[in-house]
Amino acid sequence: MEILVCVKRVPDSAENEINVAAGGADICREDLVYAVNEWDNYAVEEAIQIVEREGGSVTVVALGDAEIEESVRREMAMGAEQGLMLVDAGFAGSDGLGVATILKAAAQKKRYDLILTGAQAEDGAAQVGGMLAALLDHPYASLVNKVDVNGQTLRIGREIEGGSQELSDIDLPCVLSIQTGINEPRYVGLRGIRKVASVEIPVLNGADLGVDLASVGKAAAKVRRVDYFVPVVSAGAEMLTGSTKEVAAQLVELLKAKGGLN
Amino acid sequence: MATQVFVLIPHAAGKADDAALELLSAARAMFPGVTPTALVLGAGADQTAVAQEAAAAYPEVWGFSQEVLAYPNAELIRPLLLKILPAGAVVLLPHSTLGIDLGPGLSVKLGAAYLPDVVGFDGIDGSLLKVVRQEFSGQVSAHVQADIVKGAVITVRSGAFQPAQPGPAAGTVVDKSAEAAGLTARRRFVEVVQAEAGDVDITREDVLVAVGRGIGEQDNLSLVDELAEAMGATVCCSRPIVDAKWLDKGRQVGTSGATVKPKVYLALGISGAFQHLGGLKGSPFVVAVNKNPKAPIFQAAQVGVVGDLMELLPELTQQIQKAR
Amino acid sequence: MPALPFSPASAVVAGVPARLLFLLIPLAGLACFSWMMVRRVAPLLKAAPDPRFDNIWERTILVLKVWLAQWRHPRYMLAGVLHIVLFLGFLVLGLRSFQLVFLGFMETFTLPGFGGPLGAVYNVAKDYAATAVFLSVVVLAYRRGIVRPARYAVPRELGKDHTGEAILVLGLIATLLLSESAFEGSLLAAGGHGSAAPLTLAWACQHLLAGLSLPVLAQVNLASYAIHDLTFFYFLCLLPVGKHFHVITSLFNVAFMRLRPGNVKPVQHGVDDKGLDELKSFGVKTLEDFTWKHLLDFYSCADCGRCSDQCPANRVKRPLSPRFISIKGRDHTYQRYPLFGASKAKAEPLIGGIYSEDEIWSCTTCGACEEECPIGIEYIDKIVDLRRGMVDEGMVPQSLQKPLSALAKRGNPWGKLEKKRADWAAGVGEGFEVKLAEKGDSAEALYFVDSMTSYDDRMQKIAQSTARILHKADVDFLALGKEEKDSGHEVRRYGEEMLFQSLKEQNTEAILETRARRIITSDPHAYNALKNDYAGLPPVEHVSEVIAAGVESGKLKFNPLADTTRTYTYHDPCYLGRHNGLYEAPRVAMDAIPGIRRVEMEGACHDRSFCCGGGGLGLFFEPEEEQRMGVVRIHMAREAGASVIVTACPFCLTNLEDAIKVAGLEGQMEAIDLCELVDAQLQH
Repeated sequence: MEILVCVKRVPDSAENEINVAAGGADICREDLVYAVNEWDNYAVEEAIQIVEREGGSVTVVALGDAEIEESVRREMAMGAEQGLMLVDAGFAGSDGLGVATILKAAAQKKRYDLILTGAQAEDGAAQVGGMLAALLDHPYASLVNKVDVNGQTLRIGREIEGGSQELSDIDLPCVLSIQTGINEPRYVGLRGIRKVASVEIPVLNGADLGVDLASVGKAAAKVRRVDYFVPVVSAGAEMLTGSTKEVAAQLVELLKAKGGLN
Repeated sequence: MATQVFVLIPHAAGKADDAALELLSAARAMFPGVTPTALVLGAGADQTAVAQEAAAAYPEVWGFSQEVLAYPNAELIRPLLLKILPAGAVVLLPHSTLGIDLGPGLSVKLGAAYLPDVVGFDGIDGSLLKVVRQEFSGQVSAHVQADIVKGAVITVRSGAFQPAQPGPAAGTVVDKSAEAAGLTARRRFVEVVQAEAGDVDITREDVLVAVGRGIGEQDNLSLVDELAEAMGATVCCSRPIVDAKWLDKGRQVGTSGATVKPKVYLALGISGAFQHLGGLKGSPFVVAVNKNPKAPIFQAAQVGVVGDLMELLPELTQQIQKAR
Repeated sequence: MPALPFSPASAVVAGVPARLLFLLIPLAGLACFSWMMVRRVAPLLKAAPDPRFDNIWERTILVLKVWLAQWRHPRYMLAGVLHIVLFLGFLVLGLRSFQLVFLGFMETFTLPGFGGPLGAVYNVAKDYAATAVFLSVVVLAYRRGIVRPARYAVPRELGKDHTGEAILVLGLIATLLLSESAFEGSLLAAGGHGSAAPLTLAWACQHLLAGLSLPVLAQVNLASYAIHDLTFFYFLCLLPVGKHFHVITSLFNVAFMRLRPGNVKPVQHGVDDKGLDELKSFGVKTLEDFTWKHLLDFYSCADCGRCSDQCPANRVKRPLSPRFISIKGRDHTYQRYPLFGASKAKAEPLIGGIYSEDEIWSCTTCGACEEECPIGIEYIDKIVDLRRGMVDEGMVPQSLQKPLSALAKRGNPWGKLEKKRADWAAGVGEGFEVKLAEKGDSAEALYFVDSMTSYDDRMQKIAQSTARILHKADVDFLALGKEEKDSGHEVRRYGEEMLFQSLKEQNTEAILETRARRIITSDPHAYNALKNDYAGLPPVEHVSEVIAAGVESGKLKFNPLADTTRTYTYHDPCYLGRHNGLYEAPRVAMDAIPGIRRVEMEGACHDRSFCCGGGGLGLFFEPEEEQRMGVVRIHMAREAGASVIVTACPFCLTNLEDAIKVAGLEGQMEAIDLCELVDAQLQH
């Protein structure tokens, strides 16, 4: 099975405090550490495990500036055979549809049986997978937490409300967005990354992909982020202060008053 | 601007979800003066019941009853909506696992803008709709603007808008089932595997002590247990605690866990990601304790404490025991 | 010498000279034994290299002390003393058994040099030795068979109980002793050759058999010889198939045991840090990836259970028991390399096979097992090598992946900002300012703070106390600030060697750039890393040594304790005590405080200190366990009568403080760092 996994390089919010830069034009990026979006690691791991069982190969694709090479190499070190970088100044500022349009062109460079994305990105909107499927006219399933290959169909599970799992059969080729918890992504150390350090990763631009730059990028984006801001703390949250003893005493009174002591 | 607004009514077991009225609020806030049309897709008596229920709030309800729609499969719903929606329509969906599944592809097929996981409305200027979204697990918010001249698909976060009061006069239900005939999809629903039921039913408890990642280590849970025991409350948790297998899935509150409606909710070391708050309904009295003063939970709480759980919990337990 | 009335060599059984049989038994026995030994050595030759033929003098001393004098045995007094009796008896009786073999086909045979008075003395000595060993065997059989100490138990999931094997071997030993005594006694009863030493087994036999006719005595003599001969060679050939292989291998195991504590073996012996990139595979994945010494360890394990009895992970019911690291390794080696026929086990990964991931991650590398093993079996290097293998295969728990990736990106396991690394220095108070390398300062000494003490709100107090103590002791020091990275101590011990190498390089460069002439740490993990894992650095001291020196020189003087109602105890951090032998300086420092009352946690202090739960990445790992190690430790301190547990490690302090809360002993117990205690009493 030929599998394409779309990954994104994002500021790692687990390791960063995210603050709004002055004016709200952006978040403060100077001290940020970037990593592969957490959900995408699960998608790559799932792809590798499918290939280990069924044969085939995994290609990792990322869109962005030259910095994405680090992310693509990391995922290749996990065991993805091929990498693909989509880099063009004209791609910058694309909205979800723009990104999906570029990825669609990459996905059509070869016949992929299965395309995976992470269910969402730290700084994203859980949208690209579904849009890519629609552009390719493939069936789609989001929040997938189980994949079993059954010939030309997959038996998949989706994580739905209440922690239940919705099982479906889906025809190949298809697009799935992968939810965390589906597997345990393997560790990639410095050694793993060094092993793939010299593997050549093709870099494709808009012309290579046959993407009309007028249809992507900032100018074509229907949806734009105007600014970032920190929401005002709701008026209701009264903050208790004082020593631990004093705070506890206040809490006891409040809990009593509100029926919190059964 | 003149536009037609549609709301997909989420429902289960013959009852409309709370989101049905929240979406009506959102529609009214964003498009005042426009009468939104409710879309009720389903099968048999359940569909009929939900359509009637929707008609209590929405002036116009389009009903689609077909056996294949008994379970909401986005791959079937999407082509149906594509067929029935007029050009330039605005569709509101809940930002639920169904909305996430359906929305992005629908927007592409409609040629409409996609605005997912909207938590607020910030104005409309001609065809430019401005909404509020959150990023980085709610650490920052963003104003997002979309040109909806060709329509829009908007998914709305649960709890972001107050449920609308149903209108005085009942609306009408238009049966459009015939348009939903012969739907097929390349993704076929098989069954739902229910989450394992735990030893307690947190959805029925009035006082909940909820614990999150901030508790640090599994052994510290004993402090939470002791506090809950002193309060006569039940312990529940956020997703990371279940992922770490420290507590049963049955105790998880959130969009991927249970929806609870307690009177008092004590959130300990919970940052307050929307996935968690999505499971907290019924306007409880929320007390939040967290190390991080910027934790989003403080926005949802009535009372907040910035501090160390390991210090506060034993003290609180002791004082409650004394107070009794 | 008068002719013997009878001898096995001259006996004739059913018309056949018995000497033929008695020549055949040793020949067959030796052939069988040699074959077994050749088969057992085969895997050692296929294993990874390990240069252990160095420091001959040091190794000789070890053999004399640990092997011959059984130095570590009396740590378990009863079993230890009995084993010493058994062992020394064996050495003495070994000679006799050797002599007896020859007496099967030679009417007289005396060992060279044993003809004269030495022989006479030996004869008395061996009779008493045999008797002492016999009595030991009886007591040992009673212990194993009836008393059954808990540490010998085999959990059901780990196979069958080993009592049968132990009893069988004790029976064989008893048979050897009794048959030799009967052989000797029958000869003496026949008269004319003196008497056995009084109150020995041989003496008892002599008197029991006295009065029997000569032909009967001859038959008793022949039968007891035959039984002895057969038992001896049966036992010899039994050694290489079970836990009594240690009878042979322990000598070598001790001779080749590790000489330096604290360090960790290189990824592959003979490959230096720069050559690591060339290695195709890292760590131990299949059996043959172990070094030959580590396979020898498996052979040598006598299943005595002392390692696991001391192992804190085992104590709190984590899925790790060091004893079974060896037993399972041994059984797997025997399966892979059976004595006869083709291999019964494939070259499959050890993890997921005989060992589980959680088992290998459960170790805190505290070193209690190695400290205890009477014959120098190593565990830490095996665990680290297995972890290296897992890291190389990507098998790392998610709970450890986050801190590892943060360490790679930010140099600390929480991913906190580099520029905040010296934030603690703002809190040292009036009077002086901490010099920082990042500001271009220079000083005689470098205070290496490490991540925990730099970033953790609570542990920053240790850094501040340390700085005030150093200042008071007139030490001209600086800290690296943002130039400092995590020492990588646990990074290395959790198997991420390449990340460790990268941290080491960055730190080494930053340290050397300061031109400091010595390094001081307040974190034993950093201390051990800089001292034993790094190379080419100035000498490294722990702050407790600086305090002890300051007390001696009179530079540090203390006010008496205000509250004299409390009793203090000192918790030895693993990486200060066991791994570096630094036991006294912290105690000297404490005792210098007027009015302090200090007690020891008897039986659980010094080299038997009980690990707090582990430092570094251990804080992030979420093991399955029934109890926290820290809680066990707090109860130990309480039982010793202490209300304040003083330690000298930020990780110990974290674990112990948490444990006090978990145990619900707040207000009754307190944990503090030595530096905080000393700092509070400093006379200004």
